[in-house]
Amino acid sequence: MAGSNKTNPTTALRTGITPPRWLLAELTYACPLQCPYCANPIDYAKYQSELSTEDWKRVLSQARKMGAVQLGFSGGEPLTRKDLPELVKHARDLGYYSNLITSGYGLTEEKIVQLKEAGLDHIQVSIQASTQELNDHIAGTESFQHKKEVAHLVKKHGYPMVLCVVIHRENIHQMPQILEMAEELGADYLELANTQYYGWAHANRDLLLPTKEQFEQAEQIAQAFKEKVEGKMKIYYVVPDFYEDRPKACMNGWGTTFLTIAPDGVALPCHSARELPGLDCPNVKDYSIEQIWNESKTFNFFRGFDWMKEPCSSCDEKEKDFGGCRCQAYLLSGDMYAADPVCSKSPNHHVIQEAIDSAKASALADNEKPLIFRNSKNSRLLS
Amino acid sequence: MTINPNQTIKFSPMHRLQWEEAQQKDVILYPEGMVELNQSSAEILKMCDGTRKLARIVSDLEQKFATTGLANDITAFLEVALKNGWIQQN
Repeated sequence: MAGSNKTNPTTALRTGITPPRWLLAELTYACPLQCPYCANPIDYAKYQSELSTEDWKRVLSQARKMGAVQLGFSGGEPLTRKDLPELVKHARDLGYYSNLITSGYGLTEEKIVQLKEAGLDHIQVSIQASTQELNDHIAGTESFQHKKEVAHLVKKHGYPMVLCVVIHRENIHQMPQILEMAEELGADYLELANTQYYGWAHANRDLLLPTKEQFEQAEQIAQAFKEKVEGKMKIYYVVPDFYEDRPKACMNGWGTTFLTIAPDGVALPCHSARELPGLDCPNVKDYSIEQIWNESKTFNFFRGFDWMKEPCSSCDEKEKDFGGCRCQAYLLSGDMYAADPVCSKSPNHHVIQEAIDSAKASALADNEKPLIFRNSKNSRLLS
Repeated sequence: MTINPNQTIKFSPMHRLQWEEAQQKDVILYPEGMVELNQSSAEILKMCDGTRKLARIVSDLEQKFATTGLANDITAFLEVALKNGWIQQN
């Protein structure tokens, strides 16, 4: 904490730090699903403690005061928190736009109405595939029929309905059926999120990464559909950066916009940053959001451009992509200061092609190893 | 998409129009997104309350800001708003 836990109100003005706009509240790591591409850290099982209702209310109030306005209630499965309606109500009173990011598991009509009355703005339901068999296999839980019912109920009660489907090699061939399903369910938004290879997805990458041909074909189908449903359904397409030659502008720049609070109260500049070494991530039980955002070592670590190495530091695109993702640089090159290896200018760019080749070889192997599902047993085994 | 002059215009119930103190501006909020508005865009959208048609929105704004000749700018903005789903007609 920059050697101090005293708030200096002039810090932000002095350094040009922009205030947070987006708060991701990961209420819990508990989840009835076991998706093998889960964005939670592999070692989540060792973080058992959860913030209290009062802690969360304080965090929401402090972040809102600084200017955060979009709020995601996420997890794990946020519905496992009994105090969710109380937190939603508090968020609404503060003027947040609140998004519930859920598997739909355990969501009843009664709860949907209760959350609406508490002031929830929107519900995003994840579906794993367009068929029951594949959905339930990927989710590691029987959930397909219920998810479809939940999608109907979300619409019925006047919420904007966002369907989120994570795309990977096991379901990418279902792209036409996934699009039809979204239209049938009356989704207002469809998020087609190509898997990002962090956490559990990184561990399962050989089994999840599609080939370039598969990806291009699926993208073509999705683009054509996008035109067909213009004005009715908005399609957000999250590109798989392994097939790009420039990295994504991760988090819109470190510590500029996004603030994630993990279930145990650790504050993170992105939900994967916990995997980076030596960041000493601060906890909201020890510091205010203002102190964390403006003064902590963690949030200042990759702010601006001074931390960069070549080829980033002299690159004329650095203000566009900020050198890409720090977590991906660390995961793929072992160096969190390096250029994101997705960039074709990176000296480590070859690891991307190696990952693509490895996944392709795995798909062709006679006895491909099984997916590692996200659950506490596997978390303890792997960490 | 064009604005039908014979129908009233209302702000979409799927979006929220809100003043942001920290940003000192009005914003449109929707699932996982936000659009920051300049003052004139915000004034136009605040007129879209489901009781006014296009001509009335123009005349009310011209009166409010003691000016004339706003019709083209307002219509162009409302067409953008309609295309983005921020407003509805029926």
